[in-house]
Amino acid sequence: MKENIKFIQGNEACVEGALYAGLEFFAGYPITPSTEIAELMSYRLPQKGCRFIQMEDEIASMSAIIGASLTGHKVMTATSGPGFSLMQEALGYAVMAEIPCVIVNVQRGGPSTGIPTHVSQGDVNQARWGTHGDHAIVTLTASNHQDVFAMTVEGFNIAETYRTPVILLFDEVIGHMRERLVVPEEGEIPLVERLRTSVSEGVDYHPYLPREDGRLPMSDFGGVHRYNVTGLFHDMWGFPSDNPQVVHDLLRHLVDKINNNVNQITNFKSYYLDDAESVLISYGSSARSALHVVELLRPRGERIGLLELQTLWPFPDQLVRRTCEHAKHVIVVEMNMGQILQEVRRVVDQPRKVFLANRIDGVFITPRDIRNIMRLVQGKGV
Amino acid sequence: MNAKAEEFDKVEKKDLFASGHRACGGCGQALAARLVADAAGENTIACVATGCLEVFSSPYPDPAWRIPFLHSLFENAAAVASGVDAAYKALKKGPVNIIAQGGDGSTADIGFQSISGMLERGHNILYVCYDNEAYMNTGVQRSSFTPYGAKTSTTPFGNTTRKKNMPMIAADHGIPYVATAAVDDYRDLQRKVKTALSIEGPKYIHILAPCPLGWAHHGELTVEICRLAKDTGLFPIFEIIDGKMTNVRKIPAKVPVDEYLKVQGRFKHLYKKGVPSKEVAEIQEIANQNIERFNL
Repeated sequence: MKENIKFIQGNEACVEGALYAGLEFFAGYPITPSTEIAELMSYRLPQKGCRFIQMEDEIASMSAIIGASLTGHKVMTATSGPGFSLMQEALGYAVMAEIPCVIVNVQRGGPSTGIPTHVSQGDVNQARWGTHGDHAIVTLTASNHQDVFAMTVEGFNIAETYRTPVILLFDEVIGHMRERLVVPEEGEIPLVERLRTSVSEGVDYHPYLPREDGRLPMSDFGGVHRYNVTGLFHDMWGFPSDNPQVVHDLLRHLVDKINNNVNQITNFKSYYLDDAESVLISYGSSARSALHVVELLRPRGERIGLLELQTLWPFPDQLVRRTCEHAKHVIVVEMNMGQILQEVRRVVDQPRKVFLANRIDGVFITPRDIRNIMRLVQGKGV
Repeated sequence: MNAKAEEFDKVEKKDLFASGHRACGGCGQALAARLVADAAGENTIACVATGCLEVFSSPYPDPAWRIPFLHSLFENAAAVASGVDAAYKALKKGPVNIIAQGGDGSTADIGFQSISGMLERGHNILYVCYDNEAYMNTGVQRSSFTPYGAKTSTTPFGNTTRKKNMPMIAADHGIPYVATAAVDDYRDLQRKVKTALSIEGPKYIHILAPCPLGWAHHGELTVEICRLAKDTGLFPIFEIIDGKMTNVRKIPAKVPVDEYLKVQGRFKHLYKKGVPSKEVAEIQEIANQNIERFNL
């Protein structure tokens, strides 16, 4: 029997993925349903000679990983909705100062303390617009443990490539469900390491001067180069500036570096979409029920397919528009009041053919729930 | 003994925190919450942070509270209570006892700044901390009250830091009343609550509340463990009135920390085949320092 087959929780799969990606530092604060990530990190990281620290709250957790990332390490924190809210100010700082980091949000029902031990996908828009000011952000999700592992590695890769915070938006069902994970061999999934500057000691280093390909080489903070880091708008040296041209250019850069690379950042899975009249769009754990419906109805001759989104932000406008082009109706399956529904309606040619199959009562959405909505949409009655 | 002292010395049983809630058997916090509510009386508002207390005492159909109960977030019980207090004063209502309460996290970690703000602004609020030395509600993770050496789910090799001294931090805000208590001594605990509520301004009471689940001890030992914590010197009992340390409980016969540690699973790893590790000596040193510092 191969040793790299594990039967574990999604939270553990996330830990495995992070360690595979080369995580060296984790700071966190316990919160249901993400706590297992911190607990496992407290055990695994010291064994690797790396650091786990438990902080006094989520504000501090987010801030600690920012500091640690600047010194040249791959970093991560994990939380759930309420803690994610506390992280938002520092998350905006990481966007502004262009600091690679990974933030896991294992979603539970909200707002507020909400329903801590039950599932929800209500933080989709918090991930997008939780912090203040114009900005672009990357958010990934997954529907099974193999993908949790892969998206966690992908999250680190994107964070390092674009010098940006990446949010991994899982949910309680994924976090706590147990299933099989096959840990890939070393080298099986390519890893992006930090791009370090080739500027040598004693020569001026510009931390915010992009190369021709748009990437910004970093220098380990406190190392051979002295430079300034700030949450204020700043010039290529990192010094604060209110020069309108500098402010304009930096904000454009922060947004464009993500939005111009939507195709590279977009991850998705498609099932039976080639001839689909009914298109389901889903993500996270609810995509499991959606896939079940598709696989149930296909053998009965229904032309139904599923688009499973793994990159939620930046939203893959082109992909979704193309997928829905020839569909009679589109059904968005999610466990919130229609947060991705709004995006799908925004990008398709005929918003009126887009419907919502959702569940917002803390109970996992079942294939039957989806089929009931589909019968209504297809005019087959209840 | 004058009439007031006699009144303060009476053990109250008013059932304002009723039985039938969902706490584990032997829960120190449930016992403490009942003693606090009964001592405070009907004319009381409870502002409670997220945590075990809220989870086991508030859900329908078996809520325990017979006084108004306000559950806030994890970090803001003291801030919410500050708003209640300010509004009562602005509306010239009251007087009423406002008791903000929380566990380790909401007192020493995530809620630390809102408590400090409440104490500094001088609100007429009693803050009660139920100290069970870890985050029990989320499954026993370390807090800054977790003692040296204790195993928790985020200190799998034993905690390497010493416990934050919250009563002294509260006292250094220059508030009129600070006290520590443990759930083994009902009379002492309730006297302190009543004394605190008779004083205008911010007050802080720190109550040791053993957790059978997190400390891994038998439920029936909750009271006994409190006695051991006091008699070893690990948990000093005192009051600080207007900045002066007073009523320090003298230890009748000093007990080695071994006796306290050996009855709890969270310290089990400190004994290999019954032989104490060097951490045990360190814990004894902490007890000795307490005995010297507080003249126990």
